[in-house]
Amino acid sequence: MITILKIVSFIGLALTLIPAFFVFTGTISLDANKTLMLIGTVTWFISAVLWQKAPKTE
Amino acid sequence: MEKSKFQKKLEAVVEYERTPVPEKKLKGWSSFIGMYAGEHTAGTEFVIGPLFVAHGVSAFDLVFGLLIGNFLAVLSWVFLCSPIATKSRLTLYYMLEKIAGAKLTLVYNLVNALMFCFLAGSMIAVSATAVGIPFDMIMPSLNDWLPNSLGWVIAVFAVGAVTTIIAMFGYDQVSKFANLAAPWMILVFIAAAVAVLPQLGVTSFSDFWQVAKDKIWTGTPLAGQSKFTFWHVMFFGWFVNMAMHIGMADLSILRYAKKWYYGISSGAGMYMGHYIAWMASGILYALFLNESGGSMEFAPGPIAFRAAGIAGALCVIIAGWTTANPTIYRAGLALQAIKPKWKTWKVTMVVGTVTTIAAAFPALVMRLLEFVALYGLILMPMGAVILMDFYIIPRMGLKSNYAESSGKNINIAVAVSWVVTLLVSFLLNRYYGVEIFFLGLPGWFIAALSYLIVSRFIQKKSIEKGVAV
Repeated sequence: MITILKIVSFIGLALTLIPAFFVFTGTISLDANKTLMLIGTVTWFISAVLWQKAPKTE
Repeated sequence: MEKSKFQKKLEAVVEYERTPVPEKKLKGWSSFIGMYAGEHTAGTEFVIGPLFVAHGVSAFDLVFGLLIGNFLAVLSWVFLCSPIATKSRLTLYYMLEKIAGAKLTLVYNLVNALMFCFLAGSMIAVSATAVGIPFDMIMPSLNDWLPNSLGWVIAVFAVGAVTTIIAMFGYDQVSKFANLAAPWMILVFIAAAVAVLPQLGVTSFSDFWQVAKDKIWTGTPLAGQSKFTFWHVMFFGWFVNMAMHIGMADLSILRYAKKWYYGISSGAGMYMGHYIAWMASGILYALFLNESGGSMEFAPGPIAFRAAGIAGALCVIIAGWTTANPTIYRAGLALQAIKPKWKTWKVTMVVGTVTTIAAAFPALVMRLLEFVALYGLILMPMGAVILMDFYIIPRMGLKSNYAESSGKNINIAVAVSWVVTLLVSFLLNRYYGVEIFFLGLPGWFIAALSYLIVSRFIQKKSIEKGVAV
């Protein structure tokens, strides 16, 4: 479970950063980037809290 | 009446203010990397990067000045602060009490706490610029010193209250929060800057340097701002946290480190926060200046929101928190050293209230560069004294921790060192025009030498008089 949560967390971080480079290359708009960054932010904070709080025995 | 669970939890916060940190409480690398990265990728980064642009720093001076300045800062943490922290495992305040005496430490703690309050206040103010966005709040400008609207005051008090409550729960909570937010924050800084580069005219990586020179760090200061050179940038990068490394305030943090070389984790903060984040926020501000035709409004929240939307505004709020939290915590420790019986959470609550009131004044943000340089300079002499007392004084055949061993409330050598350093610095600034950013280096040597000379004189005199030391 923790592994899955960690993967979700890193997807959140990736969504925060990578779309900006697509704006730079002209692939997506700045507004689309803002939406993806917000999704990435919410994903990161929720999933990171969950795996950081989870028992480490798993 | 039975104590509430909330109060019990608060009173259980023990931070080893007057005892060495026990072995079982030592922390590993990740704690410090997270702490430093979070603390130095912070609200102030949204101010300092833009202020460099406002002060007309050129692209070359910024890139290379910061590269060297940050390196010197990391070396200062690794070789000056960290070894003493891991050998003594004591807070700065308790060490100082042993060396300088209780009364002098009390004066130092008051000054220190006040400085920390102002610093944390500036970060709360930065967060407030983001909180005010949905309410169409009137933002402060580069020339504002006083609160400019009721909305501003309400936003500041809201941010201040939340920050204080988190800080009341102690270092562990601060560390956890910083660890959680740090990786995300730096990515928001980078993403926001990368996303707006095309609007500045950068369409390929090869364009960047030319645009950086022509449109971002142009070398021309804004109206009313002084010109910054390579030396300003380098010394600022080195001394922006002078109170923490050379001034030894981070003894209180690094005493939890398992090994002395964990001080190198400060590099995460320096190169993420004080390099990448300063550049990123400078890029965002340059875009704002280009689009607004050189507006004097100075509000990191709306600037980040313009580039990165809600995530950008959240980043400004959280960035302010992650620095204000440990700063309020440090100020709490400084005051608690005056009266150890005071509960940590109660002291922190008082400190947080003072900080929040200070945050309502935009001057803290607009003059942040000068303020952090002054704050480092005022507190630095005690770091020089601790270093000399730890390494050099015993080699001179003199007693370390002189105030403790002689039972004195004031060690005159420390008092003289502090006063002389600040007096000479003032004279250099007032009569020889040496800017505040450059006073730290000569100041350190003055502090160290004067402490050694006066210590030798005083201790020799005590021995001649037959006073047991």
